Amino acid sequence: MKTASRILGSAFFRAGYEVQDAPRYGAERRGAPIFAYVRADRKVINERGIIDHPDLVVVADDTLVGMPAAGVTQGMDAHTLMLINSHESAEVWSQRLNTEASILILAAREDVADRASLPYIGSRCAAAAAALCGVISREILIAAINDELAHLSTDVIERNCQIAQTAFDQMSDQSGLVKQGGSLSAADYIPPEWIDMPFEKAEVSNLAIHVGATSVKVRTGLWRTMRPVIDYDRCSGCTWICSTYCPDGCIDVRADGYPEIDYDHCKGCLVCVAQCPPHAIESIPEQTAREQESGEQT
Amino acid sequence: MTAKLLTGNSAAAWGARLAPVDYIPAFPITPQTEIIEDLAFWVDRGELDARLVTLESEHSMITAAAAAASSGVRAFTATSSQGLLYGMEMIYTVSGWRTPFVLVNVSRGLASPITLESDHNDIMAARDSGFLQIHCATCQEIADGVLIAYRLAEHPEVRVPAIVNLDGFYLSFTREPVDLPDASKAAAFVGEYDPENLQFKGNTPLSQAMAVLGGGPYSYFRYETHLAVERALSIYDEVIEEFAATFGRRYDKIDAYCMDDADYVFIMLGSFSTKARDAVDSLRAAGNKIGLLRPRLFRPLPAALLRQWLRGRRAVAVIDQNISMGMGGILHSELATALYGIDKAPLLASYIGGLGGRDISQQEFFAIADELNLAYQQGAAPPVRLLYTRNEMTEMRKLQAIAQAEHAEIRQAEGKS
Repeated sequence: MKTASRILGSAFFRAGYEVQDAPRYGAERRGAPIFAYVRADRKVINERGIIDHPDLVVVADDTLVGMPAAGVTQGMDAHTLMLINSHESAEVWSQRLNTEASILILAAREDVADRASLPYIGSRCAAAAAALCGVISREILIAAINDELAHLSTDVIERNCQIAQTAFDQMSDQSGLVKQGGSLSAADYIPPEWIDMPFEKAEVSNLAIHVGATSVKVRTGLWRTMRPVIDYDRCSGCTWICSTYCPDGCIDVRADGYPEIDYDHCKGCLVCVAQCPPHAIESIPEQTAREQESGEQT
Repeated sequence: MTAKLLTGNSAAAWGARLAPVDYIPAFPITPQTEIIEDLAFWVDRGELDARLVTLESEHSMITAAAAAASSGVRAFTATSSQGLLYGMEMIYTVSGWRTPFVLVNVSRGLASPITLESDHNDIMAARDSGFLQIHCATCQEIADGVLIAYRLAEHPEVRVPAIVNLDGFYLSFTREPVDLPDASKAAAFVGEYDPENLQFKGNTPLSQAMAVLGGGPYSYFRYETHLAVERALSIYDEVIEEFAATFGRRYDKIDAYCMDDADYVFIMLGSFSTKARDAVDSLRAAGNKIGLLRPRLFRPLPAALLRQWLRGRRAVAVIDQNISMGMGGILHSELATALYGIDKAPLLASYIGGLGGRDISQQEFFAIADELNLAYQQGAAPPVRLLYTRNEMTEMRKLQAIAQAEHAEIRQAEGKS
């Protein structure tokens, strides 16, 4: 999303706009939700920080929409246009979100299994957004992609440009659908509901949250996008290498001398895959693993 | 147009590259690390002829920067928040060595609780150290500010280190159009660094006399440092004239917006002041004669200039993105000191806001302006206000309820075992 915001920012800048773009980093881990924002205006941009009322919201990973902590729908109203990269339809999302915002679908690619990698998603989202804004030409978009991906190989840049052009063309009949929102007026505004901070005793107001073994309760396995799977036919039962190298203590050695992965907490870093001497651990996309599991249950 | 989109961190790195610097002692910390990464990338590719060394702490890093400056090379370093505090012993120490170098601080709130986001308590902790302080509001100001900081710090009548401050996230990770100074013009503007009588040499170990007996000599050295920092006020004007003539951008000690006929004034530091600019525009459109002051130079504090700007105004809202426990907003205290006893002093209202990256909304600026109007009519300033809404308190109560429930569960579990 940072790449998407930079491509869109660069495209606006090349089109003669003042620009501000920024990613908002959350948890420092692979696969953690991340968002970024872009402002563009004809005049110098003085506003800063997260956009209160976005004109356009682009969602690359539709699993985040239902996650309250991700705050995807925050500040959206009837004026907002929402573009979701999804296998599902706009009608489904409109009903699910019960929102006044207009929803468009950027049809998700069938071949994408690992949602953390989402190949070329930055360029696709930026291209679709550029088309919807209606003031960025295809040539400028391609130039912006070249600006932002200059550190990559020409093959990769070329592929990004192709995919971006497809997304741009897909959205071109909706060109200009994004409309600039109005600005607030000091003559007519809703005042903030300030309160006086009450005094509270240290027993209440200190940071005393002391809980043993909280890490067990946090199911960090949900972060995993790739799953390590042990092939017990190949495992030599060395009893220590994978379990020792696991940075999260998620591999136990069973009484029979063979290791077992705690999938509730394994984050999918795949250090074990790299370390196993007989190469008995392979990695598969988490989504594939889950589909296999649900297939086995039915 | 030669402008390009740069983050605040990139702009800081460009400032160092254009000075240009010779030596960069480094230690990582969010949200500053990108500055060092950019510089390391350039050094590695031979685009910047400098030595970059990773040190084991900010304490060592600041010592190394000052020691290098003592040997006659131009040093640059960067840190943030807890890192600045970890190096604080040396921050105070090296200003007394009278060694000029530039440290970029990317402002981030201090623990506890820990946050990654921005406020000014870190930089305020260095307020009394003898470092000069330049506070930036845009990415453009950061690149330019580093060049100006070197000129100021290396001036023979000043010769103390300088901090260039920028806000984490709101500037550090935010790209804006930046017009980078031409490399040869920038180098000519900053000029050669003359270490004068600073005599350290890597190949000739020397001891520097550091201790004094008694308060008399101690007072001499301390007060001389204070006078040197104050001297930077007049030197700044010379430097800034030359900068404006060379690069066409003017950076007065205090950035004044819509002040000529202003009855009311917002005053604040850093990048949130650009939000206040928008608010001033809206308020003026609604008939409120309000302006904005933003000190760029915070150490030395341009107190006389503040008095000049504020005499005869009706009321002033000081918006502090910091808090001195047991006293309140630091800029508010300093302004009260600067204005004490002058005739036609304005009413002074204190607001604490933007702690730990908490946003300040346009509506809040409007409401502050309304309070200033009311204060003038009533002839008294309102009590100190923390910018904090009912909604935020409700969210806090939810978190506390979760903590309470956890506590109860743990106690119950302990009771059973």
